[in-house]
Amino acid sequence: MNEILIALLVVAAIGLIAGVLLTLASHFLRVEEDQRAAELRACLPGVNCGACGYAGCDDYAKALAEGGVKANLCIPGADEVAVQVAAILGIAAEDVAEQVAVVHCNGTCDATSKKAIYDGVYSCRAASMLYGGPDACTYGCLGCGDCADVCPVDAICLKDGIARIDRRICIGCGMCVKTCPKEIISLVPQAATTAVVCSNKEKGAVARKVCTNACIACKKCEKNCPEGAIKVVNDLAVIDYAKCTGCGVCVEGCPTHCLVTL
Amino acid sequence: MENTKLLISILFGSILVNNYVLSQFLGICPFLGVSKKLNQATGMGIAVIFVMLVATAVTWPIQKFILDQTGLEYMQTIIFILVIAALVQFTEIVLKKFIPALHKSLGVYLPLITTNCAVLGVTINNITDGYDFLQSIISSLGCGLGFLLAMVLFSGVRSRIDETRIPQYLRGLPVTLIAASFVSLAFFGFGGIVENLLK
Repeated sequence: MNEILIALLVVAAIGLIAGVLLTLASHFLRVEEDQRAAELRACLPGVNCGACGYAGCDDYAKALAEGGVKANLCIPGADEVAVQVAAILGIAAEDVAEQVAVVHCNGTCDATSKKAIYDGVYSCRAASMLYGGPDACTYGCLGCGDCADVCPVDAICLKDGIARIDRRICIGCGMCVKTCPKEIISLVPQAATTAVVCSNKEKGAVARKVCTNACIACKKCEKNCPEGAIKVVNDLAVIDYAKCTGCGVCVEGCPTHCLVTL
Repeated sequence: MENTKLLISILFGSILVNNYVLSQFLGICPFLGVSKKLNQATGMGIAVIFVMLVATAVTWPIQKFILDQTGLEYMQTIIFILVIAALVQFTEIVLKKFIPALHKSLGVYLPLITTNCAVLGVTINNITDGYDFLQSIISSLGCGLGFLLAMVLFSGVRSRIDETRIPQYLRGLPVTLIAASFVSLAFFGFGGIVENLLK
């Protein structure tokens, strides 16, 4: 009996000392934290994609709490988050320019061919360092899926040897844009309905030889576009989304189907 | 001189021969969980060294002056867990107040290792091995360094694994465990080295 009592007392005493010590410490050594930073952090999606230009959601929340930063920089969070953030900071909410990523390549397996068999480290970055990659078209998608690996929401899948992005899932963070060694992924406004799915800047005949889906720079789209939104620059069609109305005239006219409706 | 030799042999013995992760298989959870990236692995390793040292510095006197005196050796595990948990929390508060930079770099890992079995293992092993205070501290330092070494080595292994194409059925944890067993096997090569070095 006595033994149990001693054990009980010793453990209780040690527990009590530890408890009192911690209570005192948390009281006297408390560090004042900006409550708003924690609140703002809770609003943000927590993807840590870096689309806002800060090193993750924590950093952006801190910068917001300190002030002087725009509240509409979170692209994945879109308007919903911008409104919440603005409410916490007590400022007027601004619209977020929602964007989605588009792969500018349609070089599927039956449209293009390989110039070599690549058997090295399975990543686009490594493959592109070896003579621009194994594909016949040096501008096109290598299909190793570096973009799919970094995508925080798994919106990218590889199909027919090229990366495809699901617009419904894409949050527009732009991590794939930064990762792609061929720089063929770009962010377009979410409202955009038309896109050029080729990045080949060679002359028409050369481009056609390596890929049947390539832009041959025929300038048909440039002539057809009622808004003058398409220009052929460096033998490649480029859409000015500020002017594009999404009428689809260019898509119908394109002989190689490198202009598509998203 | 003999004493110094003994301390050195304890230090290197606990880093290489009795490595807590790779030979005694304690603290496998953080070893597999936080070894994906080198900087995280280093942060975790340094936090473990820190906690092991502080925990030993407190539990050794508790054992000697409270538990041994009252005949409560059998309560060792419970009391050590209690003391270490409280201590780590206390250290976190103090660090947050006075050394925010260190708190920021250790911060995430400190609560994680509060009741880590490697930390508890070190403190209990120090008692069962009959070390005095200085030897206990040296032994904990060695164990912490051994943990750091294992983490850093394994994060290198894992970064290599990430770059390899692995059969579907082995991806993720299975291949990590296989790699861990290889690293562990490599460490068995150190057996007996330290004792013979100082003969």
